[in-house]
Amino acid sequence: MKTWVASLVGLRRDRRALWVGYALVAFVLAVLPFAIDNSIGRTWVRVLDFALLYALLALGLNIVVGFAGLLDLGYVAFYAVGAYTWALLASPQLGLHLPFWVILPLGAGVAALFGVLLGAPTLRLRGDYLAIVTLGFGEIIRIFLNNLDHPVNITNGPIGINRIDPIQIAGIDLTRNHEFFGIAFSGAHFHYYVFLMLALASMFVCIRLEDSRIGRAWIAIREDEVAAQSMGINTRNVKLLAFAMGATFGGIAGGLFSSFQGFVSPESFILLESIMVLCMVVLGGMGHVSGVVLGALLLATLPEVLRHTASPVQQQLFGKVILDPESLRMLLFGLALILVMLLRPSGLWPSPTRRREFADTKEQR
Amino acid sequence: MSATQAALLQAHGIDKRFGGVVALSDVSLTIRQGEIYGLIGPNGAGKTTLFNVLTGLYRPDAGSFMFNGRDLIGLKPFRVAEQGIARTFQNIRLFANMSALENVMVGRHSRTRAGALAAILRSYRTMNEEQAIRRRSGELLEYVGVGRHAHALAKNLPYGDQRRLEIARALATEPRLLALDEPAAGMNATETAGLRKLLDRIRADGITILLIEHDVKLVMGLCDRVAVLDYGRKIAEGAPPEVQSDPAVIRAYLGGTLP
Repeated sequence: MKTWVASLVGLRRDRRALWVGYALVAFVLAVLPFAIDNSIGRTWVRVLDFALLYALLALGLNIVVGFAGLLDLGYVAFYAVGAYTWALLASPQLGLHLPFWVILPLGAGVAALFGVLLGAPTLRLRGDYLAIVTLGFGEIIRIFLNNLDHPVNITNGPIGINRIDPIQIAGIDLTRNHEFFGIAFSGAHFHYYVFLMLALASMFVCIRLEDSRIGRAWIAIREDEVAAQSMGINTRNVKLLAFAMGATFGGIAGGLFSSFQGFVSPESFILLESIMVLCMVVLGGMGHVSGVVLGALLLATLPEVLRHTASPVQQQLFGKVILDPESLRMLLFGLALILVMLLRPSGLWPSPTRRREFADTKEQR
Repeated sequence: MSATQAALLQAHGIDKRFGGVVALSDVSLTIRQGEIYGLIGPNGAGKTTLFNVLTGLYRPDAGSFMFNGRDLIGLKPFRVAEQGIARTFQNIRLFANMSALENVMVGRHSRTRAGALAAILRSYRTMNEEQAIRRRSGELLEYVGVGRHAHALAKNLPYGDQRRLEIARALATEPRLLALDEPAAGMNATETAGLRKLLDRIRADGITILLIEHDVKLVMGLCDRVAVLDYGRKIAEGAPPEVQSDPAVIRAYLGGTLP
């Protein structure tokens, strides 16, 4: 009896500690852009914004690669589809200026459709074969965007689309500076909060999906497709769902990207981008939502950090710049990838092998 | 089991070729409701091929196959599972990196409904369903006797328990026919005895069993009727004692004289 009471008190204390922890994290996330802005400059707030976009992308790819085990090397195609959907529907290019709450779901929907279009013909493929087909798909989308400026000019070809409408929430243009309660917000600050909300919402969605009937079906297909099918899983539908869900995330990220930049061109959607997002997933911890986000944040900011530190550090050490910072940056970046994969082959933050022991005692809930 | 019992599965004239190799030729068999039906034969006789035909993994080149009054030819494996045939695999095919409990929970897939949206929203109904899946899966783990390993990864289970886990996963699909592909392979005498007890219990609970097995002692002791395949043809069928004394069967197993 006594131990029962004690454990209940412990639980309550734990729960309180949990809430304090949440509040602390929320506070840090809320003031982070200001802290960065005032210490190391606004550029870094923008770097953070892009890191959050990459987190969105990595979460989407994680559904396809991490959960369902379908190696997709053309993921950036969905990013491109989302970006161009936004660009076409909210810019002078076609003279359309739809509000963001119409375009964002529309972009997600169009990307999901492309996800199914890619998924349907590749249902029988796995592993390296699937990788090659998806790689081709990614390139096809990019080349289309590059060449759809004639006979009818839709995408404006390699020049890209300019003057894309920013996100407007309650009449506030998110790319301009505003002041609330005496605090100055810049466009980078606004986008930080919008992207943060979406990234958190996506994490929430991914975590719930993973621990569900659908999530188990995805993982079962990853583990053994034949067995999964024999256990009554409609592998075709479940795989298409994975492609569509992953593409949706990519489409949303793409739309935000084009509104944030105000400009898109096919150059932003090269194969290297797909590979970067895949690196984020693998390096962070394939299949683990938090790990994937960590991987995205690290890989998106690390090259920028190296870019800004490469020459000052050399100046300090040798008195002159020996290696061009741009090439040194990629060298160090590649080295970091190799080291992580050698030392932690399952990723920086892999999913805890099983925390299920606790899951069973949740009847008390 | 009496011969008057209704037929659960009727296969007629099944042919299956792989290129020039005839794996099955004109195989017919009838499995009655509630019996344990054994399928034996030398290596390469076509047992597993027949199994894969019956569970939808292979499409036969000819023949028909009725289960529970429905024609299942050409149905995808997941549809066959929905119709009530569940199977295990000769070379164990568990979801290695999922826990034992989750493996069984996957088996509940075709009997539950929650989609992606329901998973995200987690309505009261979805939570109830999820809890029911978890409860039922736990019960099935206990039923086959691997409850103590519920949270261990499937790949870390002892070999015999992996075989049992596969049976639990198959039972989770609520089959009317449980098809077991060499469940005693690699088991020692004690484990085989335990398996036999389990199969008897499953049958007593109303599930018909189709059993491929090399362990002749197990088959003869357990099965109500036995069919013998050799080179893709059925050479004998009947109660174990009849089959054991059938000259064609003896020839197939021990080799006959040259003509």
